[in-house]
Amino acid sequence: MADIVLDKVTKKYPDGTTAVHEVDLEIADGEFIILVGPSGCGKSTTLNMIAGLEDISSGELRIGGQRVNEKQPKDRDIAMVFQSYALYPNMTVGENMAFPLRLAKMDKALIKQKVDEAARVLELTEYLDRKPANLSGGQRQRVAMGRAIVRSPKAFLMDEPLSNLDAKLRVQMRTQVSRLQKQLNTTTVYVTHDQTEAMTLGDRVVVMRGGYIQQLGDPQTLYDNPVNLFVAGFIGSPSMNFLAATVEESVLRTPLGDLPLGDRMRSALSGADAPRELIVGIRPEHFEDAALIEEHQRAKGFEFTMPVDLVESMGSDKYVYFTVEGERAAAADLEDLTADAGGADLPPQDNLVTRLSAESRVRDGVDARVWMNLDKIHLFDPRNGHNITLHEGKAAGVSAA
Amino acid sequence: MAVATTSAKVKWGLLDAVVVVFALIPVLWIASLSFKTPATLTDGNFIPREWTFENYKLIFQTDQFVRALINSIGIALISTLIAVVLGTMAAYAISRLDFPGKQLLVGVSLLIAMFPQVSLVSPLFNIERNTGLFDTWPGLILPYITFALPLAIYTLSAFFKQIPWDLEKAAKMDGATQGEAFRKVIAPLAAPGVFTTAILVFIFCWNDFLFAISLTSTERSRTVPVALSFFTGASQFEDPTGAISAAAVVITIPIILFVLFFQKRIVAGLTSGAVKG
Repeated sequence: MADIVLDKVTKKYPDGTTAVHEVDLEIADGEFIILVGPSGCGKSTTLNMIAGLEDISSGELRIGGQRVNEKQPKDRDIAMVFQSYALYPNMTVGENMAFPLRLAKMDKALIKQKVDEAARVLELTEYLDRKPANLSGGQRQRVAMGRAIVRSPKAFLMDEPLSNLDAKLRVQMRTQVSRLQKQLNTTTVYVTHDQTEAMTLGDRVVVMRGGYIQQLGDPQTLYDNPVNLFVAGFIGSPSMNFLAATVEESVLRTPLGDLPLGDRMRSALSGADAPRELIVGIRPEHFEDAALIEEHQRAKGFEFTMPVDLVESMGSDKYVYFTVEGERAAAADLEDLTADAGGADLPPQDNLVTRLSAESRVRDGVDARVWMNLDKIHLFDPRNGHNITLHEGKAAGVSAA
Repeated sequence: MAVATTSAKVKWGLLDAVVVVFALIPVLWIASLSFKTPATLTDGNFIPREWTFENYKLIFQTDQFVRALINSIGIALISTLIAVVLGTMAAYAISRLDFPGKQLLVGVSLLIAMFPQVSLVSPLFNIERNTGLFDTWPGLILPYITFALPLAIYTLSAFFKQIPWDLEKAAKMDGATQGEAFRKVIAPLAAPGVFTTAILVFIFCWNDFLFAISLTSTERSRTVPVALSFFTGASQFEDPTGAISAAAVVITIPIILFVLFFQKRIVAGLTSGAVKG
């Protein structure tokens, strides 16, 4: 077990492209850290550099306090689980798991003991003599995990280990991975493009984009206080709603209506270089059916009436969709997000997604009165995507004094 | 896939039969000739009226044939071994590494494969006479390797490309050196490709007539296909058809054995289960 420190680690390819820009990251001993981001954000490259499968162009990588830039993967004592599992097809499950130990010239009896133990933990005992070809996807995945844990390495690296599983199995394995990590208490770096995995698994999450770290923090912090549009849109499902807005006098003009601006926001927006055009971001769960809002809460929010497009009842709550008239929110960050999701995870820009209580009586095609929490609204500068509502690292809402 | 109907089965069966008959009749004809006596050789019967092993006895009595058989086996095996080893390394490099001149290397090897061999015979003849390689084993092994290598490289690199690269990375992460990763993980998976290539290269060397007749002059290095052409009958008016047929049958046997032996190892889909699929 060891801590991993990335000190201005950069990856530059011979053709001049830079995949990872001076990444600084300190991963504590036993920590479970997630690298998340859209494809091409540099997360896998970063992982491969930690593994030693790719050279580090500049900067320093330290594992357990020791510089390992020049060390071969085999000398770094870290195990890796691949997205493709990369099981050796000519070996049985048992031989696959024993492979790293055999390479380490470990005693045969000890190898058997360790393999048996890992197989027991992963419930693979009855498959030890099978070839990987005769296993299901989930079993193969577990063998890959088994191969990593048998030799008790300093750290685990996982490169999207669950993305080849079907949805149900993925949720099961997610819990298993999490439990295993807690049990072994081994430093783990986990790469994924799935924000749900990132939120549920990690002690801390690193959101990456274009080779830069966007934000680093525990899942809740990322969710509540995203530093920019990209993080705000990437974390959360369904993702945050973004609306175009303009500052006028002391109000914020949005397609939903004029929102009051608190003193703090007003002074922040009164500067000479303060943007006139803004992007309002608000998460679906910060809306509520106005009829269900208690009186003392009503004042903290803003109410509007709009015709309902569609109601999706999830049982526990209702997803209610509205169509927003007017200009779309536009920013480079948002385009990146849409491009990454293929439009799938992100609602269309003129769509407003709200998550209301299950008791709400809104129906398709009928006007609904909706309340939204002003304290939970984020304002982003469309020029650089920065969240301007953050106050000392915390989201403060638009109406804060 | 639709279940084959009876009529479809019959149709395919007939078609297969035609192909098999077409391919096998000449072979059987040669075999039949080899068992005929000189008198009944030209009677046109498919099944010999008088069976005889005289032809076989004859060829093994002549030192010429036995010596040629040894030459053939030796030269073909050595050429195959060297070509496959070199080809494996080259193919691995081509499929896995990005090095300057890679395209050139692939292009040149293709060029060699396409070069008409007959146009090289005269220069090779002169080169080998001057260097003392003429009529020696290396004198045949060298050109065989030259022409077998492109074949080996092409076949093998196709096989290597099918092996997921993640396996090699995984082996490295598991603590293997580059060499161990190749020996313990990649090579076993490439085995079917290596055997396939070995068979193809062996057949190429075994069957060659052009180089063998041009670059040899005595029994020292003469291979079987050439030796066959030097067979003479009992008198100069007698055609050694029976003996040639018998020899032809005999030299087919090693190839069949070679293929049968390696066929078991050519298991399709050996890599299945390695990665998601």
